[in-house]
This record gives sequence, C-alpha cells and structure tokens, in this order.
Amino acid sequence: MEPFTTLNSHLVSIPTENIDTDQIIPARFLKTISKKGLGQNLFSDWRYNEDGSDNPNFILNAPESQGAKILIAGDNFGCGSSREHAPWALMDWGVQAVISTSFADIFRNNSLKNGLLPVIVDEDTHKQIQSLVEEDPTTKITVDLASQTVQLPDGRSVSFPIDGFSKTCMLEGIDQLGYLLKQEEKMLAYEAAHPARVNTLGE
Amino acid sequence: MSNQPRTTFDKIWDSHVVVEEPGSPTVLYIDLHLIHEVTSPQAFTGLREKGLRVKRPSQTVATMDHSIPTTPLHIPISDAIAAKQIATLEENCREFGIPLHGMDSPNRGIVHVIGPELGITQPGMTIVCGDSHTSTHGAFGALAFGIGTSEVEHVLATQTLLQSKPKTYAVNVNGRLSPNVAAKDIILALLARIGIGGGTGHVFEYRGEAIRALSMEERMTVCNMSIEGGARAGLVAPDDTTINYIAGRQLAPQGAAWDKAVAYWRTLASDEGATFDKEITLDASTLTPMITYGTNPGMGMGIADIIPDPMSIGDVSERNTLIKALNYMDLQPGRQLLGQPLDVVFIGSCTNSRISDLREAAALMRGRKVSENVRVMVVPGSQDVKKQAEAEGLDQIFKEAGADWREAGCSMCIAMNGDQLQPGQYAISTSNRNFEGRQGKGGRTFLASPLTAAASAVTGVVTDVRSFQ
Ligand code: SF4
Repeated sequence: MEPFTTLNSHLVSIPTENIDTDQIIPARFLKTISKKGLGQNLFSDWRYNEDGSDNPNFILNAPESQGAKILIAGDNFGCGSSREHAPWALMDWGVQAVISTSFADIFRNNSLKNGLLPVIVDEDTHKQIQSLVEEDPTTKITVDLASQTVQLPDGRSVSFPIDGFSKTCMLEGIDQLGYLLKQEEKMLAYEAAHPARVNTLGE
Repeated sequence: MSNQPRTTFDKIWDSHVVVEEPGSPTVLYIDLHLIHEVTSPQAFTGLREKGLRVKRPSQTVATMDHSIPTTPLHIPISDAIAAKQIATLEENCREFGIPLHGMDSPNRGIVHVIGPELGITQPGMTIVCGDSHTSTHGAFGALAFGIGTSEVEHVLATQTLLQSKPKTYAVNVNGRLSPNVAAKDIILALLARIGIGGGTGHVFEYRGEAIRALSMEERMTVCNMSIEGGARAGLVAPDDTTINYIAGRQLAPQGAAWDKAVAYWRTLASDEGATFDKEITLDASTLTPMITYGTNPGMGMGIADIIPDPMSIGDVSERNTLIKALNYMDLQPGRQLLGQPLDVVFIGSCTNSRISDLREAAALMRGRKVSENVRVMVVPGSQDVKKQAEAEGLDQIFKEAGADWREAGCSMCIAMNGDQLQPGQYAISTSNRNFEGRQGKGGRTFLASPLTAAASAVTGVVTDVRSFQ
C-alpha cells in the first residue's frame, strides 16, 4: 500500500446519494482473479452506452474530469456488497480520496486497507465543495491526512474524522496484516482458553 | 462491567476479544470463515506473496455459488473467465487444505444457505465471509458480518480481524403477522422505515413476539437483509427454535459436546435491562405484503399502496434520488404497482431459496400454469434444498406450471453467470437487491416475498397474494 500524506487535485463530482457498489463496479466484472485493470469498468453502466461507446453525458467521460484524484459523491457512498473491487476500481482509475457525508461501513473499511481515503464532511461543506466544482471544474482542493483537514480555495480548513490506527497505517503505507501477525502469541493463548467451536473438516 | 446487563451482541463481542489496546481497533477472534470463488482469489495471492499459510483450515469452509451456471451439472462451464475463477478456488483449497464443497458435492450451494445446513453456523460464534449477506447467520444468535478481500486475507492468515466495536440497535417486532404476510415483508417494512443507511455502524437485534414466532428459515430471511439497512450485522437471540434446528446436523456438536454447547447457547439472550444505542418498534399485525418500487431496498411500500410522488418530498437530494429511481424503473408516481406487467419471476437467492420458501411458492403454483408472458426461474439455494424439494415433488409442481427448475446457486440475484434480465425487463424477485442493473444491465427489479412472487408468476402481473384465488 502506498503511503497517503497530502493530496492536491481537482475533483469529479457525482452528486447522487446511495451510490452502491453495483454501480461502482457491476458484478459481471468480478469474475477476475486479479486486483488490476478494474478502472476501465468503473461506473461501467453509467459510463458506457449500449454499444460500448462512451456516454458523453457522464461526468467521468468529460475532459475536465481526467486526472482528477478526488471524487465527491452523495450520502451513504459505497452501500451494498462487500466487494473490495469497488475501491480497487476507483484507485485503478486514479481516485485517491472520496468525499461524502457518510460511507457504508464495509466500503469504508475496504478503502482504508487499500490507501483510498474516505473523507467525511458535514453537509454544508459538502454543498460548498460541490458548488465550487460546478462553477469551475478546475478548482483544486487539498486533502491533508496528517492534520485531518480539507483545505478549500477560500482558505477555509475543515477537519474530518479517522481513527488513529487507520491514520497511521495510511500515512506510513503499512499493511494492517502486519499488526495482526504480531499478535500471534495472544491469539494462541486465546485458543488455548477457548477450544474451537467448530471443525469444518468433520474429523 | 460483568454485572451490568449485556445484550447478546455484547456477550459475543466480549468473549471474542483477543487484544484490546488503546488507540487500536479490537483484535477479534473468528470462529468460522466461509469463502467463495469471487472475493477470495486475491486474498490467496496475497498469502502466497507474503509466504503465509492458512492458520486454521478446520475453521474455514469454501463453496462456489456466485459465478457458476445453474444449468444441468454435466454441461461444462462455457464462460472461460468464470471457469478460471472456479478452478482457482479449487487450486487454492487444495494447496491450503481448506474443505471445499465444489461442483460435485451434494452439499454445495449458496454460502449462506449451506453454513446452517451443515450445522456449522451456531449461536455465540463470530462468523465472517467476503460477502455482505453473511448477516444471514445472525439468525442463530451469532455475530456474523461481511468483510472485504483484504480482511479475508487477514482471517486466513491469523484467524483474527481488526474491528472497531459497532453500536447496538433493537428492532422490536411486536404482535403477530397476518396470513400471507411473510418474514420478507417484515424486513422490507423495516427498510422502508429506516432507509438503507439507517443501521450504519450498528448491529440489529431483532426481538419481540413476531420474531420469536418465526422459524429458523424465516429468521434467516430477516437477518439476511440487515445489510440492506446498512447494519454491520443482525441477530436473533437463540431459543428452542434455534437449538432444534441445529440438533443432529452433519457438523453440529454431538454427545457431551452438544449438551455443553446448548448450556452455553442458553446464556446468550440479552439480559433483562440491557440497553441498546438505538431502538425501533414495528407492529407485525399492521404489516401487509410489501414490494419495492425503486432502485434501493429501502424504496418499498405495501403492495396496495401508491408509488410516492417526488414532488411531495421536501429534501432536494432525496427528491432527486426518487426521480432518478422512477426514471430508471419507468414508473409513474401516484399509481399502484398492482397489475404491472412482468417479464421475469425469480424465486431464489440467499434471502428466499430454502425449502420452506419453495414449499410456499409451490403451494400457490400447484395445479396452475404460470402466465405465458413471464419467464419463471426457481433456483434452490443449495443442492441439499434441491434434493429435498425433489423428494417432496416440488420440482414437478414447478415444471408442470411451466417454471424453470435449476441447479443451486446465486443465479439471477447477481447475474454473474448468464442468468440475467434484458434491458428494460421487469422482474419480481425474492432476492435482496434492486439496485440499477443488479439483475442484468438495464433490468428492473421489484423485491417481494416468495408468496407474492409465486402469485404474480401465475397472473403475469404484480399481484396481491391476499386476494389471489
Ligand atoms: S444469492 Fe445473491 S445476495 Fe446471496 S450471496 Fe449470492 S449473490 Fe450474494
């Protein structure tokens, strides 16, 4: 996982609420056994026409969206399935941070484990950023993880929440599995005190 | 702290804490890990890259359900990419010693159907799977939740997970259900009340007279769709219904171990006076059959109600969401859905594909024909369910009615395997998600109970099962 420190970029705005993971990456693209290459199918059903050509009305196809590293989307982003293909697809396309007023739990967990930063802001800030992008799609904002702030062009700085553990992992690019592996002794002690409740091998 | 009254959730959580350090999420022990072909390959790749092994293969079990065809088993899988994914799961299970219920297993099926069938889903356990409908297993009084592929790798490697503690949410369902109102209608009614984000960060505990009266299969239907309310998990405290269901199953505890397990399970109900962070109460006696009209499971209404008018909604983004949904569904506000012509009826999925669901659907189709205008697919949740249904002659009833009787799998719930809607088609489906394109690009889904689906299969239009003769 790449460390996430600070990000300065223009944004793509999809103001829809409750964008579910079936929209982010439709299920028919989940037959892959790799994490790579999913970006071309990001938002596939909204992004491409029936014949496979680009839908010119979808924001991801607009010239000004190219190279954007921040996505701003409506409330409850990433609801639905647990597919980690959703953050993989976003990141493969180039998104490194998503701003919303709330995220679905599993999507949020999955994102943090891949270095994709979920940024929760209040409704007013959300509206303000959205109208900034509407007025001028080249508007850049800064997302700074160390200070946990979004810095707007008018100089305003808005803080966002993240748990300390995920923050450290993101800042340093650490895989959380490393932490769990270090707890092995305690895990074995737990097992000694709590015999297995099930044996799927049926022995 | 131990003297304070605790909820079922608190009891399970507390007894699975391996490490609790300030500033870090809890390290939680996982009793049972279910895996399937779609969300596991990248996790095994991760293990290989790091030179790690699977910590506890005997607490892990695999099956294939999402991308497999539901055509007769002797027909080879024609989708090369799906075939590769399935072969990859077989290889991974072989290499890491994980028991697999593969294509040739009589126990293969949807992962959330086979866990309970095998007797490995038990009260008081922590159960995870790279699948959001893992909440289904909460029906047994287990803490069961969906995880992503990174977390699948974590559990494979360490049998533990990092989790921050969710909050609790009591869902009281008082009173009794009326005839022809199903467990599915309880959960659709809850979702219509709280919306699809209403449970975010919480674990539901379903309580009350109506929940106690449900069978295990019905409780699974309710818990299954906890995730549709955004909840981390949903559970029902174990009781005699739970214990009787597990008794004698293939991998359930036996003999002295059984007695010990039952004694433990009996301690798991929420204590008198335990408090929840949130609470809601529904009256089961006022519920009617439910149906969804929009593009998320919270957009549901009583089957005879009228589709809401976006112009009556004050909040701008909520209004826009509904306008977008009705556009996609090509439906007019202010009208009923009753009489809406259908193209497809799908009876299946981890929500409603168990034997009692099939019995209910078959009872309505017995001696009748499905409408000429609809394609009706009945897909059992597991090969076990299929065998049982065939022993009871349910397959004959479906076939004689003109429905398609398939092999077990997820099928048109997720449309990964070629079972899918065509653009613009309308389907009534017993599954759990009506998102845009969920059952095929451009397809339009109405979620409902097996009873409503079966009655509508016969008439070819959305039908109120209460007036179905
Ligand atoms: S039946 Fe549908 S919801 Fe259930 S596990 Fe399969 S794809 Fe997921």
